[in-house]
Amino acid sequence: MAAPTLNDCKEMYARLWRIRLFEGQVQRLAGAGEIPGFPHLSTGQEAVAVGVCAHLSREDALFTSHRGHGHVLAKGSDMQATMAEILGRQDGLCRGRGGSMHLVDAANGVLGATGVVGGNLALAAGAAWAAQARGESRVSVVFFGDGATGAGAFHETINLAVLWRLPVLFVCENNGYAEFTSRDEHSNVANVSKFAAPYAMPAQTIDGNDLLAVHAAAGEAIAGRRKGEGPYLLECMTYRMAGHYVGDAQRYRSKEELAAMQEKCPIERLKRHLVERGVAPAELDAIGERAKQEVQQAVERARAAPRPDPATVLEGVYSAASLAGIQG
Amino acid sequence: MEFTFIEILRRALDEEMARDPAVHLLGEDVAAGGAFGVTRGLEQKFGAQRVRNTPISEAAITGLATGAALCGLKPVLEIMFIDFATLALDTLVNQSAKYRYMSGGQLAVPLVVRTQAGAAGGAAAQHSQSLEAWFIHVPGLVVVAPASPAEAYGLLKSAIRLGDPVLFVEHKRLYTMKEALAEGAESPPIGKARVARTGTDVTLIAYSAMVQSALEAAEELARAGVSAEVIDLRTLLPLDMPTIAASVAKTHRAVIAHEAVTNGGIGAEIAARIGAECFDELDAPVLRVGCPFTPIPFAPELERALLPGSGDIVRAVRAQLG
Repeated sequence: MAAPTLNDCKEMYARLWRIRLFEGQVQRLAGAGEIPGFPHLSTGQEAVAVGVCAHLSREDALFTSHRGHGHVLAKGSDMQATMAEILGRQDGLCRGRGGSMHLVDAANGVLGATGVVGGNLALAAGAAWAAQARGESRVSVVFFGDGATGAGAFHETINLAVLWRLPVLFVCENNGYAEFTSRDEHSNVANVSKFAAPYAMPAQTIDGNDLLAVHAAAGEAIAGRRKGEGPYLLECMTYRMAGHYVGDAQRYRSKEELAAMQEKCPIERLKRHLVERGVAPAELDAIGERAKQEVQQAVERARAAPRPDPATVLEGVYSAASLAGIQG
Repeated sequence: MEFTFIEILRRALDEEMARDPAVHLLGEDVAAGGAFGVTRGLEQKFGAQRVRNTPISEAAITGLATGAALCGLKPVLEIMFIDFATLALDTLVNQSAKYRYMSGGQLAVPLVVRTQAGAAGGAAAQHSQSLEAWFIHVPGLVVVAPASPAEAYGLLKSAIRLGDPVLFVEHKRLYTMKEALAEGAESPPIGKARVARTGTDVTLIAYSAMVQSALEAAEELARAGVSAEVIDLRTLLPLDMPTIAASVAKTHRAVIAHEAVTNGGIGAEIAARIGAECFDELDAPVLRVGCPFTPIPFAPELERALLPGSGDIVRAVRAQLG
């Protein structure tokens, strides 16, 4: 797998910023009461989304969790339509029916996000089964947190995926927390990749905050799935710089831990790397500034989008025309 | 030509698989024919890729089938006993049912979950339940419960072609029931009940194996000079209220019978709707016949004592007539 060119790296640097700033806006708008519900941010975990999705085409299937904004943007979904959905607008990806935890952009291969931890793993395996059965070369990727390994569905799904040799990449973002509870309190197994061995599934644990490491490992892993080598588990060690949800007081983290988090920032790390390779800091600042403008423009357009018409609330429960509008 | 319920399900699956290469079967033991033999021979005919054995992992296989349905397959998943659907509920309730709505119409889940329910032969408390009422509470699902082989044949075909997630509930006591299949008969549409017997004095509303009990009760009532109309619901979600309301408008009395426990059952939903839609037509309170609020026992004497039957339906009608 060829290392990314300097230009590729700059593009990925821009993508990291877009996600970071987009979620900064989500935080701001949620705080201002403009976003219904309780969005979950992936701040600090952006390198996993960008490094993995760099290898995916629109045809590849992507499933994510409640913490999925970054994955959806990294897959290439429209920022404005994504924000409009999070704001609950008619122009949103799901016409305001899904929201932050249920982003779908089918035309772009974003096939689902779930608010039930671990709830999408088997669906991703199912998408891979469909690709296998139909002779398609597309792969299926599912992002989940370390908390999902407490769910039986995780173990059931990896067993099935290995048995059926399904082209699915399981990407665990091990961010150290299952909601408010740290990994050492919710599992005796420190590394999620250890779960792969008994099922004979190849797996690897990498530094998920090192974008180049993610890019390299994900590139190999996805190429292997395309060649029909069955499933793979990529554990990306990362750190959730945000709380579990916007508004989480985070009483479970010490002041020292919070103070040290900036050291882990994947954007800072890529910046240092690029500067070492001779990129002028001013050029990187300009990339960040452009991303800021793009995000601001998308946010303002999304905020101006129309709200859904309450008269349409009953539409679209069933696909069969004969069941349209039924009330039980 | 006559078929048993099991044979006719197999025939419907066989024909749908031959017609549409997107139809795939999966479930525990299905390649070997399944626990009840419904899928026997289909792996040999359609290959191991289209008739797939799964591990005993109801959560994962239901998710797998749902994910595949999003991506061009039309899976028919067998959940061996409805009691085990408890393990599949997260996917069915939170994902399969809601995908179309949550995605703003971008995706749909053309999935059929065949399962087997009801009490017979000492299957006891965890292999005998009638849990279908849970599923009519979930917008986005369709629930079908055929009462005879010919009906099962057509309804299963309609379910596979529908394009929405369908829970297809087969009663184990009906599996050996035989019925002739009329050549070229049209598949009954999802959501339409059938008037199984016409009458003028009382409407008996039933589904699945209880349709047979309702017909027996109607026969007994007829001998006593009471003319009972029997409605076989066929689809539980959506309910065919126009057919029910038209019958109640004629008979002015309704008894709803199901094997599931009465408490919180489908009968409660139907009774409430009759009350709301047909209040002026009623000459007597709507009554329900169902299982007492007790787990299904093991010993044959206890199982027999618990299960509702035609006698309970007749008693309910007599109570209405005063």
